[in-house]
Amino acid sequence: MFSGYTQLSIRILTSLPLPCSPSVPLVATVNLPTPPPYTRQPTETGLTPCLYCQPSRQNRCLAHPATTTCNQQRERLPVLVILRRDLGLPPVSTTLPRRSSRKRKPSSDHSASTGVNPPPRKKVDVSGAQRLKKAALPATPTTLGSTAMDSDDEFSGHSSMEGFEEDAFDSDMSDELVSDMEVDADAGFDSQDKIIKPGRKAYEVDYRVYSPAEIRAYQNDQINDVSRILEQPPEATAILLRHARWSKERLIESYMDNQEQVLEESGLGEDSAGPPRFQQIKGFVCEICCEDEEGMDTFAMKCGHRFCANCYKQYLAQKVKDEGEAAHIKCPGDGCNRIVDSKSVDLLVSTDLKDRYQTLLIRTYVDDKENLKWCPAPNCEYAIDCGVKPRELATVVPTVRCKCSHDWCFGCTLNDHQPAPCRLVRKWLKKCEDDSETANWISAHTKECPKCQSTIEKNGGCNHMTCRKCRHEFCWMCMGHWQEHGNSWYNCNRYEEKSGSEARDAQAKSRQSLERYLHYYNRYANHEQSARLDKDIYLKTEKKMTQLQSSSGMSWIEVQFLEGASQALQQCRQTLKWTYAFAYYLARNNQTEIFEDNQKDLEMAVENLSEMFEKPADQLKDLKGDMMDKTSYCNKRRIILLEVTAERLKQGESHRSDFGTSEANSRAGAWEFNTDLSA
Amino acid sequence: MATAGANKRIAKELNEITREPPSGMKVRLVDESNVHKWEIIMDGPASSPYEGGHFKLLLTLPIEYPFKPPILSFQTKIYHPNVSNDDKGSMCLGMLRSDEWKPPNKILAVLNMARNLLVEPNAEDAIETSIAEQYRGDRKAFEKTAKEWTKKYANAK
Ligand SMILES: [Zn+2]
Ligand SMILES: [Zn+2]
Ligand SMILES: [Zn+2]
Ligand SMILES: [Zn+2]
Ligand SMILES: [Zn+2]
Ligand SMILES: [Zn+2]
Ligand SMILES: [Zn+2]
Repeated sequence: MFSGYTQLSIRILTSLPLPCSPSVPLVATVNLPTPPPYTRQPTETGLTPCLYCQPSRQNRCLAHPATTTCNQQRERLPVLVILRRDLGLPPVSTTLPRRSSRKRKPSSDHSASTGVNPPPRKKVDVSGAQRLKKAALPATPTTLGSTAMDSDDEFSGHSSMEGFEEDAFDSDMSDELVSDMEVDADAGFDSQDKIIKPGRKAYEVDYRVYSPAEIRAYQNDQINDVSRILEQPPEATAILLRHARWSKERLIESYMDNQEQVLEESGLGEDSAGPPRFQQIKGFVCEICCEDEEGMDTFAMKCGHRFCANCYKQYLAQKVKDEGEAAHIKCPGDGCNRIVDSKSVDLLVSTDLKDRYQTLLIRTYVDDKENLKWCPAPNCEYAIDCGVKPRELATVVPTVRCKCSHDWCFGCTLNDHQPAPCRLVRKWLKKCEDDSETANWISAHTKECPKCQSTIEKNGGCNHMTCRKCRHEFCWMCMGHWQEHGNSWYNCNRYEEKSGSEARDAQAKSRQSLERYLHYYNRYANHEQSARLDKDIYLKTEKKMTQLQSSSGMSWIEVQFLEGASQALQQCRQTLKWTYAFAYYLARNNQTEIFEDNQKDLEMAVENLSEMFEKPADQLKDLKGDMMDKTSYCNKRRIILLEVTAERLKQGESHRSDFGTSEANSRAGAWEFNTDLSA
Repeated sequence: MATAGANKRIAKELNEITREPPSGMKVRLVDESNVHKWEIIMDGPASSPYEGGHFKLLLTLPIEYPFKPPILSFQTKIYHPNVSNDDKGSMCLGMLRSDEWKPPNKILAVLNMARNLLVEPNAEDAIETSIAEQYRGDRKAFEKTAKEWTKKYANAK
C-alpha cells in the first residue's frame, strides 16, 4: 500500500488550501526537534452530552446508565433498547448492581495459539434452511455474524462482570435468551424497529472458522466416502480427488466413464494395490547416487522407477522440506509424472516431515476449494469457509472474523473494508498509490493553529484541538471552529461542491477534482492514523490503570471497559475510513446525504469517545459510565451505517448485469456510483 | 550418506565427460580439489550467429546435487534470449529449473541442452524478453547483434 506517513515531504502550501478552510497554510515537517508547544486539552467539563438529546447532567437518557430518564427522547426508548440488545449489550440498569450469573467464555478462547480448538461459540441461531445450504463441513456449530458481534460479545462480557443486570425491561427473559437475537426480536419490539432486523444483518454473511484439524478431518471423511465408491485405496483416492480439485461428482462421473484415463491423468497409472515396501534386488545400481552395494534397500512405485531407499528418502525430504510440495510430488524417475501417494510418503519420510507433509496437503486442499480461504493474519492457521462467490462481490462485502480475531474480507483477503465493496477498494487503493506523492503532505502530522499560526502536532486520535497559546478550539480535519462541530452545523464530513462558474475554467476544474479527492483522502488517512494513536493511548492508559488498580481499588476486570472503548474506536475508525473511500465514488443525490448523515453521526460519536479516552488516567475512573455508554453508542451507529449501506448495495443485485452506474440502479434504490467500478 | 553418494555420482559423471567430451566442448574442473565447480568452453555451433565464438561457461553443482539442478552461467557475454544480459549470464529453463529437474538427469544432458539453445533459442521461455521479441519479430537484426557480440566478446575471427 502507500507508505504515506513515513515519507513526509516538506512543502508549504499557499495555493492549495484544505477544502473546508479557505486559506490556511499548511506546514508539514518530519520530526520536530523539540516537543511541540501545543497539545490538545481536555474539554472543561470532562463530559460530552448524549448525542440523542444533549441532556443536562441531571436528566440523561437510557443510553446513560447513571440516570433514569431522557425527556426529549422518550418515544424512542424501545428502539434504543432493541439496539442495545442487538448489540448483545445488557439493558441499562436502573437498579443496584448485583452479581451476574451469566457465563462467558474466558477470553483465552479467542487465542488461536491454544493447541486445543474449541468449536466457535454459537452466536446467532440459523434457520434450518440456511444451515442445510452450507457445505456439509463437519459438525461444528455455526459462527455467524461478523465483527460487531464479537466485539459486542466482549462488551457484554465485561459489562455483566461489572454487575449490570437485566432490569424491568426484560425480567421475563432468561439469561441465555438475551444473547440470542432471534429471541430478542420475537419479544415484540421488532415492529418498532425499522433499521435493525433480527437474525442476520444486511452486512453480515454466513461463514465458519475451521482449525487445521477440522479441515483435515473433513478432508479425510471426503476421501473415505469416495474411496468406498471407487473401490480404490484412500491414498489413491486422495490423489484422484486432488486432481479433480475436490469435485466429488465430477471425479466419480469421469471415473465411471473412463477409469484408465482418469488414473493415468491424475498420475496413478494402473491400479495401485498392495502396501508400498522396500525391496532388495540383486545387481541393482542406483541411478541417482550410483551406489551398487549388495542388500541395499530399494523402492519403486507402480511405475517401476526404482532407486535406492536413501535417494528416494532424500528426494522426498527435499520436496517436502525445502520446496514445500506435497500434493504434486512426482516420481523421481526421469520424465515420469506419477504422483507419490501418501502411503509411500509415510514409508519414506521421517516423523517430523510427515507432519509438515500433512500440513501442506491441507494447504493445497484449502487452496483448491473456492469456498475456503486461509486467514491472512500472520501465523494464523485457521481457514474460513464462506459461500460468497466472486461474482457476488459487487453487492456483498463478505466480512469475516477469524478466531484469531482478525477481521478481513473473504472476497479479497484485505483487512475489513466495510462498507466499501472490493472493487471500489481496489480502485481507491490504486488511486491512493498513484496520488501518494500529492497525498503525502496532507497526512502530515503537524498543522498550524488557524488563529495564531503556531505549529501544532497531533498527538492523539481525537480531532478536537485546543491551542495552548491562544485557547482557540478547532477541528484538526477541517481547521474550522470546534463549536460548530458540536451541534447540527457539523459539516466536517461533507465535501461542499464548488460553484459552477469556477468549474468552467479547466484549471480550476482539475484543481477542484484534486481538492475533492484530497477532501476524502484526508479523512480516510486521518482515521487510519487516529486509530493508531487511539491504540497508543490505550496501551499507555492500560499501563497506568494497572498501577492505579491498587490505589483506586478497581479490579483488573473493572478497568476492562477501556479495552472495550479501544476496540470500538479501532473498529469504528476502520469503518469510517472506508466510508470516505465509498463517498468519494458516490454520485451525488439524495441517498448520498443519507449516507453522509450516518457517517457524520458515527464520526461525532467516535470523536466524542476518542476525546474521553485521552483524559488522564485518574479521571477515567469517573468517566467509566459515560465511556461505556459512548462505546455502545459508537457500536450502534456503526451497525446502523453498515446496515443501511449494505441493504442498498444489495439492491444492485437484480437491476444490473454488472457493477457500475445506471439509472435503473438509482430507481431501484441501489447505490449510484460516479465511476465504472467494473473496470 | 548424501555427500558420499553425491561424490560418487559426480566423480562418475566427470569421468565420463572428460573421457568422451560432448562435441564442440572442453570440460575441466575450475579447481582440481573442488568437484562442484566445472568450467566449460563451448564453441558456437556452426551456422548459428555464435559460430566462431568460444564461450566460457561455469557449471556449479549445489551441495544438494543431484537432488537440486546444476546452476549454469555464461562467463562470456552473449546476445541470447535465454541468457540474462547482466554480470551473471544465467540460464534457467527446462531441466535447469528445480521443479523440472529429476535426480537421475545428468550434467551431460544439461550441456547438450545449452548447446541446442545456441542453435535454436527458446523465445517462449525467455529471460530477456526484448531480445526474444526481436528474435521473433526481426530475425535479421537479432542475428546481426548476436554476431557482433560474438565477435566482440567471444573472440570470433
Ligand atoms: Zn439521550
Ligand atoms: Zn541412490
Ligand atoms: Zn516413475
Ligand atoms: Zn486468523
Ligand atoms: Zn474485499
Ligand atoms: Zn492558537
Ligand atoms: Zn471539521
